[in-house]
Amino acid sequence: MAGTMQVDLVSPEKVLASIEAEKVMLPGSDGDFTAMAGHVPVVTSLSPGTIRIVNGSEESEYLIAGGFAEVSGSGISILAEFASLREDATADMFQSSLEAAEKALEGLEKEELAEATRRYSNLKVMVETLGRAA
Amino acid sequence: MPSLKDLKVRINSVKSTRKITKAMQMVAAAKLRRAQEAAEASRPYAARMTTVLSNIATGNRDNPEAPKLLRGTGDDSRHLLVVCTAERGLCGGFNSSIVRRARLDINRLIGEGKDVKILCVGRKGREQLKREYDHLFVEDQIAFEGVKKISYGEAEQVASRVLGSFAKGEYDVITLYYSEFESVLTQSPKALQVIPATIDTVEEGAGSNSAYEYEPDETALLAELLPKNITVQIYRALLENAASEQGARMTAMDNATRNAGDMVDKLTLQYNRSRQAAITSELIEIISGAEALNG
Repeated sequence: MAGTMQVDLVSPEKVLASIEAEKVMLPGSDGDFTAMAGHVPVVTSLSPGTIRIVNGSEESEYLIAGGFAEVSGSGISILAEFASLREDATADMFQSSLEAAEKALEGLEKEELAEATRRYSNLKVMVETLGRAA
Repeated sequence: MPSLKDLKVRINSVKSTRKITKAMQMVAAAKLRRAQEAAEASRPYAARMTTVLSNIATGNRDNPEAPKLLRGTGDDSRHLLVVCTAERGLCGGFNSSIVRRARLDINRLIGEGKDVKILCVGRKGREQLKREYDHLFVEDQIAFEGVKKISYGEAEQVASRVLGSFAKGEYDVITLYYSEFESVLTQSPKALQVIPATIDTVEEGAGSNSAYEYEPDETALLAELLPKNITVQIYRALLENAASEQGARMTAMDNATRNAGDMVDKLTLQYNRSRQAAITSELIEIISGAEALNG
């Protein structure tokens, strides 16, 4: 039985979770992975998607819009630009920003276009994730 | 000598001014608390970001492939000054002190023959700088009119402007001007260079930084983290500014309330004196009238 580790989920605006957990499932940019206590120290960027924090029978799920995670011997810190409890988020919340991002794609130069495209696809993934479960 | 009626009117007007400043002070105090909470809440994210970033940056400072955001463009002739101020006045020397700090650097840079551009965030700074430096302004200044609470979204808006123009190669150095919140009584204007990034590097071998694995590789991660770090720094600057503004307003309005109180006292004294003088002279008139009849 693996021990627990400290999990901190923070967004720029607040600390969303700071709990002990057995394992965390993360959407890494190079593929999803699960971190448990004693995981190799790693710093990775995250794709938009959901994070699942599991502690015994308790399980919480968060929606994030990308970010990065730092796994170290003492625990794991997840830094997300936007994060919300899965239950609190609805696809409608992002629909308007998705449409705005889509509109913003038109008439942009290449650097800005890359950034806007990234934004757009991030939002799209989030809306789809939410849509699937609903 | 103002008449009794004039004095009465003035006393009443000062009294209502005092009521307004008192109310503004209390509103500022409430907003200050909220602004401080927001600043507090943003700290864990910023702190962790700094730790991770300085770990990676340490090994990459001299890496020729490191992003320009870290190394700079190798030049320092074109500067962009991002001056963050408030949307509203009546907050003591808050806006002026930031503008003064920025003006100092603008004049110094111009004196050194550098190319200077200004981006104002906030209406008040723009108004003050416009008089002298209108020709240095970039197009489309940013203002957050009607924004009640600064959120990460606002910081992103500023950051995307700044990063966008840096990516296009318009500037070499980008500096942020804002006011740091030290206490309710003291707010000090600060200049923070965001590009090239000023990151405290950790000593090689110290800590466990070498033990980390990076996914994707360090350079790619750095390229992703640096823009985020700039957004976070801008966000922090905006939050510090918001707290400073309310702190400055609170102090200014406290002073104003006290001054209004002194004024009311002084005017009341003057009012009573002249009322007494009027009564005395009336009495004298009556007495001397009566004496004239008796005599």
